[in-house]
Amino acid sequence: MDLENQKRVKEFAEEYGAENLVVVLGAAEGEAAGLAAETVTLGDPTFAGPLTGVQLGLAVYHVCEPEIKEEFDEAVYDEQVSMMEMVLDVDDIVSEMEAIREQV
Amino acid sequence: MNSVIKGASYVLAHTPQMVVYNGTTQTTERIVNPESEYLKELESHLRSYEDCVNYWPNQVYIGNATPDELAEVEFPYYDKVKDGAERYGKYGEIMPEEEFILLVQACDQFEVVMLDKEFVSAHKDALAADPIITEDIVARVHEGVELANIETAVNDEHAEGLYIAGKLVGCVKRAHDIDVNLSAHVMHENLMSKASSVLALLYGVRNAGIAKDDVEYVIDCAEEACGDMNQRGGGNFAKAAAEIAALNHATGSDSRGFCAGPSHALIEAAALVKSGAYKCVAVTAGGCTAKLGMNGKDHVKKGLPILEDCLAGFCVIIAENDGENPEINLDILGRHTVGTGSAPQNVIGSLVADPLERAGMKITDIDKFSPEMQNPDITKPAGAGDVPLANYKMIGAMAVKKGEIDRAGLASFAKTYGLTGWAPTQGHIPSGVPYIGFAREDILAGKIKNAMIVGKGSLFLGRMTNLFDGVSFVIQANTKAEAEAAAGVSEEEVKGLIAKAMKDFAASLIAE
Repeated sequence: MDLENQKRVKEFAEEYGAENLVVVLGAAEGEAAGLAAETVTLGDPTFAGPLTGVQLGLAVYHVCEPEIKEEFDEAVYDEQVSMMEMVLDVDDIVSEMEAIREQV
Repeated sequence: MNSVIKGASYVLAHTPQMVVYNGTTQTTERIVNPESEYLKELESHLRSYEDCVNYWPNQVYIGNATPDELAEVEFPYYDKVKDGAERYGKYGEIMPEEEFILLVQACDQFEVVMLDKEFVSAHKDALAADPIITEDIVARVHEGVELANIETAVNDEHAEGLYIAGKLVGCVKRAHDIDVNLSAHVMHENLMSKASSVLALLYGVRNAGIAKDDVEYVIDCAEEACGDMNQRGGGNFAKAAAEIAALNHATGSDSRGFCAGPSHALIEAAALVKSGAYKCVAVTAGGCTAKLGMNGKDHVKKGLPILEDCLAGFCVIIAENDGENPEINLDILGRHTVGTGSAPQNVIGSLVADPLERAGMKITDIDKFSPEMQNPDITKPAGAGDVPLANYKMIGAMAVKKGEIDRAGLASFAKTYGLTGWAPTQGHIPSGVPYIGFAREDILAGKIKNAMIVGKGSLFLGRMTNLFDGVSFVIQANTKAEAEAAAGVSEEEVKGLIAKAMKDFAASLIAE
């Protein structure tokens, strides 16, 4: 995850409290989604950014996961996400995301 | 009349030592985690020049193999050798680091590059033997200095070292004592960009079959900025590179738009020529040292060589319609606007579906799409997937949503309308433009009738806006003959109308 984004996530967690944040990802690949999810829960696995060694344990989902999809207005989801949902390997993304959440 | 693509060039400079000393992944790691395993292992993963030349995607980039041939190569590519691979290709070349460093010194007008005497004498003949390098460029190469002077500059004066096989052979000094915009780091980055742009310009002119004096304007569309503390991005890479390439009748300017820069610049160039402002415009860009080894950590972790070990450049020559070469059709322009939004379907809609719809065309009326053409050999091990393929899936999904193809057709869309990526991950370099050379040839050969070039850019990286950006345009077979035939009829008609009016007027005078 981009170093500046890590910094912003860290600042938001300090400002609002980790329990009040949900991180929604839009990564196109399971692996990339998993890395970002790991960064905001267990810490930056690349040891490069401000979240190195920082276990924020934030709630984190991909926008194509059912938990997030059901929160959307259907028309908005169709307009904003449905095309990507058609092309992404959603099952792979869901399993990567679940694997990270299980470790938290 | 639309302007045409007269020719294109694609060049690489193999710069493994700059991966180590100048790529930001490595320089950041050296600050954040200086004892890391990655830094210890890095050098053993650097490729030799021969391996770099033999690499399939590099041979495609310089025109020694086609994207179709690459698609037949079993993935991954890094462990395969392209038979008959060569330094020189029809679009350009892969220059070794030693010669490139000499070219960089030849591009330096302010004596900030110092090279070791012995290094210069060992490699100057090799640079001079390069058929594209002119005598006046070779004449710009200085004799060099004692190594001790270079060591002092690096150790005591913040100069950026230039290395070959880990040995110091030269440096880039700062161009000002306190101005960070002229620091050794910035001067190094900018001179590398300039030198690779010069190489691209030289091949661009050659490949277009024009004289250097034919070029009236140069647009540089790389992602660097040159200037000083009072005008950080004042410019002008375009004119600076044109000077070294001896484009003596040209002026120019820099156009920027992150990775979308080249597509913006090509539309601007096509419009400048079509308007009659200039007869011939060269769009050029050099490479980016910061991005060398960008995904190196993942490559090393997975036991791969460092695949991002080349600075890349390209040049496209846009000229007045010659009745032969493919045209840029300025009536079909896609643009991501301020109001478009950043959802992928809005982006693809604005860049692909909407401009075609405005022109009364369908997505399937385009024979080939060239979005971001990153080499998947580089991006897949880094978890970023196959970028061109992801783009084709999105374009295909858009065609499904618009009812132009059925969902079952989505699987074959990429193969039919797409290409396998081969371009180095140098930001602006893979963005749409790598296919222009092949597209020109495929259209001339009648293999395809048109192609859409799509450039996209992540403006939010500059922290000035959260917006995304992109523009697209269509290259099509030449229509001059048809346009003239159509214009010819109407001209006759106009003459007829004038003659009739004169006759009527004369008749009315006689009647009076």
